[in-house]
Amino acid sequence: MDAFQKRKLVNGIVLVLSTLAAVFGIMWLFWILGTLIYKGFFALSIEVFIGDPPSPGDETGGLKHAIVGQLLIVLTATVIGIPLGVLAGTYLSEYGRNSKLANFIRDMSDVMMSVPSIVIGTFIYALLVKPVGHFMGFAGSLSLAIMMIPIVLRTTDDMLRMVPPELREAAYALGATKFKVIKDVVYRSAITGIVTGVILAVARIGGETAPLLFTSFNNNFFTLDMTQPMASLTVTMYDYAMSPYKYWQELAWAAAIILTVGVLGANILGRLIAHYGFKK
Amino acid sequence: MGVSIDRVFAKVALGAALFVLFILGALFIVLYKESSLSIQAFGVWKFITSQVWNPPLEKFGGAPAIFGTLVSTVIAIAIAVPVAIGIAIFLTEIAPHFLRTPVGVAIELLAAIPSIIYGMWGLFYFAPFMRDKVQPIIHATLGKLPVVGSFFSGYTPGIGLLTASVVLSIMILPFTAAIARDSFKMVPDILKESAYALGATKWDVMKDVVIPYAKLGVIGGIILSLGRALGETMAVTFVMGNQPVIPSSILEPATSITVTLANEFTEADTDLYLSSLFYLALILFVMSFFVIVVGKFFFLKKVER
Repeated sequence: MDAFQKRKLVNGIVLVLSTLAAVFGIMWLFWILGTLIYKGFFALSIEVFIGDPPSPGDETGGLKHAIVGQLLIVLTATVIGIPLGVLAGTYLSEYGRNSKLANFIRDMSDVMMSVPSIVIGTFIYALLVKPVGHFMGFAGSLSLAIMMIPIVLRTTDDMLRMVPPELREAAYALGATKFKVIKDVVYRSAITGIVTGVILAVARIGGETAPLLFTSFNNNFFTLDMTQPMASLTVTMYDYAMSPYKYWQELAWAAAIILTVGVLGANILGRLIAHYGFKK
Repeated sequence: MGVSIDRVFAKVALGAALFVLFILGALFIVLYKESSLSIQAFGVWKFITSQVWNPPLEKFGGAPAIFGTLVSTVIAIAIAVPVAIGIAIFLTEIAPHFLRTPVGVAIELLAAIPSIIYGMWGLFYFAPFMRDKVQPIIHATLGKLPVVGSFFSGYTPGIGLLTASVVLSIMILPFTAAIARDSFKMVPDILKESAYALGATKWDVMKDVVIPYAKLGVIGGIILSLGRALGETMAVTFVMGNQPVIPSSILEPATSITVTLANEFTEADTDLYLSSLFYLALILFVMSFFVIVVGKFFFLKKVER
């Protein structure tokens, strides 16, 4: 075999191996998705959405408490996290630019994005749950908000910096103040990007379980009171999946598919807005 | 009037930006303060090396949890990285063009699936599969080897260190593959085309052009995946077994920092117990902090320049 044939042979082997790797990786993911769709689909019913929480051994009951809790916790996190993230991103892009402070904050925000989510849960526990003396929905929102801030900050910063300086200069030339330029020119031209970032951030935190385990905890009753322990889809899934009751485990699969559809739906929505928004 | 809104807005924006630094600093200080009781009782070195985790006797050592975190992360990375690079090669060089975008998007969407789904699947499907199909084979083959055989034998209920590591590797696979693919894509076409023009095969181009060019990005991506695997909780909590021991075999139940926290945090009934759990959280925070800093600033920063 000459050198050329040998190279071709090695090439063939590597190409086959990497195709196999792709098939191998994708096979696992299909197994997981297939299971989720199969189990989740059969567990779904109207009862799942409107039923009250089941008692041990019950064969009826639903996830209304967890669905509403999940929405409340994520919504509150969004209301706290987004203004802070957008404002901080605005500072970095419009005021700090490439100053040492701005670059340092950018780096630290990237670090914060990768802090293990369960560590943030313990942090809020020490800060809020322990002094107050009981778990509460609001504490869960707060830990999710902390996870959102660096994500929103990053996209806002990136998107605002893409706004051409000429636009700002034109507005300044007309006598606009800096605040007016930011509000009416910069935000207006970057709005698609900011909205995309916000939706992707919501999708990212919507499926988090670990930071809720010891902040909002769980509640086997329906409640709208954010100062009390509050059920979420994720923590309920964890508890029900670990329980010995067949019906509870089925509810856990139903929760899994509701959560996944919600999170993936938000993710796809964000991508679509980005795709079509930027085409124009 | 206009001027004052201007100033207020600038101050508020600066405040929001500084808030990020404040949170990061507060995280460290609060975790340190909460664990100080345990730090005083057990010290640093003794806590890291002690294998005794016994809440009723109020003896706490972090070695089993730290061991589980490190070993499961290393095994997960060892499985995920070759597969992820294979997927990246497939997506950038082999797959027909009409497949590249859909498969690429599919992999990115898979990275968005909540980790608790991976954990639940692991508990109900993968752990029984490991118990009934894979572990008997491992027992009969690797378990029979001299010297290293004991790492692959023992009591194997399906859930354990290896099962958790495999679930973890599947969990980080889409993330790692997406980063590797993006790094490969950044290689200028002209470099690849020149190599092809000289008669290079696809593998020659990968080996001598693409991989050297994309090396820093791929390594940075691997380190970020490592950081992700260190702190991942739900994918492993279901299948690790939560046994606070250093197992003699990787098939046996074990624990990790995140698994211990998820299982025991709400049950800690004494101050020292809770403080020891905070100590573990602090150790995890410091470990992931260093991993991220190395990955982001040592490798990925060089890529940007």
